Amino acid sequence: MNNSLPMKDVSTGTQNAPDQGTYAIELRDVTKRFLTPAGKAYTAIRDINMAVAPGEFVAVVGPTGCGKSTTLGLISGLERPSAGEVEVMGEPVQGIDPRIGYVFQADAVFPWKNVLNNVATGPLFRGQPKAQALERAHDWIARVGLTGFEDRYPHQLSGGMRKRVALAQTFINEPQILLMDEPFSALDVQTRTLMEDELLNLWSSLKASVVFVTHDLEEAISLADHVCVLTAGPATVKGIYTIDLPRPRKVGEIRFEPRFVQLYQQIWEDLRDEVVISYERAKQRGDQ
Amino acid sequence: MNTLSNQVNVPVAAPESEEVSVETIRARRRRRIVVNSLRVLILVVIIGGWQLLTSVGKPPLIDPFFWGQPSGIWQQIVTWVTQGTAQGPLWQQIAVTLEEAILGFVIGVVLGVIFGVVLGRNRFLADVLSPYIKAANSIPRVTLAPLFVIGLGLGFQSKVALAVVLVFFVVFFNAFQGVREVDRNLLANAQILGASQRRLSTEVIIPSALTWILASLHTSFSFALVGAVVGEFLGATQGIGLMIQNAGANFNANGVFAAMVILAAVALITEVLITALENRLVRWRPNTVSEVTI
Repeated sequence: MNNSLPMKDVSTGTQNAPDQGTYAIELRDVTKRFLTPAGKAYTAIRDINMAVAPGEFVAVVGPTGCGKSTTLGLISGLERPSAGEVEVMGEPVQGIDPRIGYVFQADAVFPWKNVLNNVATGPLFRGQPKAQALERAHDWIARVGLTGFEDRYPHQLSGGMRKRVALAQTFINEPQILLMDEPFSALDVQTRTLMEDELLNLWSSLKASVVFVTHDLEEAISLADHVCVLTAGPATVKGIYTIDLPRPRKVGEIRFEPRFVQLYQQIWEDLRDEVVISYERAKQRGDQ
Repeated sequence: MNTLSNQVNVPVAAPESEEVSVETIRARRRRRIVVNSLRVLILVVIIGGWQLLTSVGKPPLIDPFFWGQPSGIWQQIVTWVTQGTAQGPLWQQIAVTLEEAILGFVIGVVLGVIFGVVLGRNRFLADVLSPYIKAANSIPRVTLAPLFVIGLGLGFQSKVALAVVLVFFVVFFNAFQGVREVDRNLLANAQILGASQRRLSTEVIIPSALTWILASLHTSFSFALVGAVVGEFLGATQGIGLMIQNAGANFNANGVFAAMVILAAVALITEVLITALENRLVRWRPNTVSEVTI
């Protein structure tokens, strides 16, 4: 794998940044290796270089299992890089940064807490007085449209509603950096479109920097300012594309615009090769 | 934002579904009646058959001297209730055994949960101790009873100790497993939301493991009773175990069975209490599980 990044459309976050060194997130030559249970080293990502400017929405796409989630783990501080540097707000990541919010792929709301207490979890963990935390939780529950469901437990809600709880739970902490790991992949297509619109709404009021991992190119283009294509594992950056579609966007409609289709075709060219490689490898593993 | 709140559907009962549900309710009721009648029938057949086989014929097919007789067992219970046992009033015997069992149960549960959570969270400690825990678990722990009698005497301490040992391992393994099974996403989420290590334990790990721990309480209370009763077998001045021991020594089969019936009643009542506690503590769980229980 060559390290000179073949950037197809070189306007990365780098050029949008107001000054050098003030990225919200910066990854420099980051490599992450895991030890497999068999005792072998497994390289999930290799020499990744990526930068996200403040307030920017970056989508990361790549074939299944290529190490997309690992990237988020490194930025959040849940994981440490094996080599290279990860910086958040100009400082190296050390442990979990309170300015970061993380929406997980699987349901990560607490099943033993009702909606109200789930949403209030962050402020309470961060030492806010209970009354204030609950008041803010009510406010956020209203903002994600769940008023009237405060005392329900997660198992009593639909998948889409549980995602709303997860969004409120994350947004209530007013993160400056928002990491999202295929948050809507478990939802049906209609609910998903609604949630994507909702996310754009919430994001526009929060102005956080977002890294949104997905395997769905359509979703990536609809939401992001930049789409970053990763190679089949070990993942490295194959290309970064600027999405010059105007905002505010309506996710359900934007995919019919000619510019969208054009961008889709262009990026898909790049992504398809990686998907094929990843698929062939999976097939080989299956044959052995 | 308004459009979003409109998308949330408030559950409203559809009118046409009501007829179906009346049908379903009726079918369910019919089924329940059949199930209950069959249950009673089985009881009647077993007790009636037992009574019949031990009383009809000369000599009867089954000797009531060795195998007891329902009417004799009933009489024994009535005698115990009205005239008391050889060691004193019946309620006192029940109270003594129950006291030993509950004390052993509480201590065993507390120790089991503490060790389970600590070892479940500390992989290193768990790795170091695991061979010893496995070894201790493989010993049939009832065999420790004579040791406890030697060490702690014939008083209630030796019975409590045996109950503690029996309860501890059941609860420990469940708590340990429960902690290990905590969803990694929940842990990661709590950490991102700002949980300290202590709050991670109290607000994520223990609630999450609670389902496992509570499941172990059902089996472990009967273990506590076994501990108390076996302890009393080996030497005691009061308790249901002593009643069984005495009845056995006097070739009083009815007495053994009568004491068993009393023990079973005690165990059933505590089981109901534990289930109530469980339902209270894990209200958040989908209640599909309760339909499986018999």
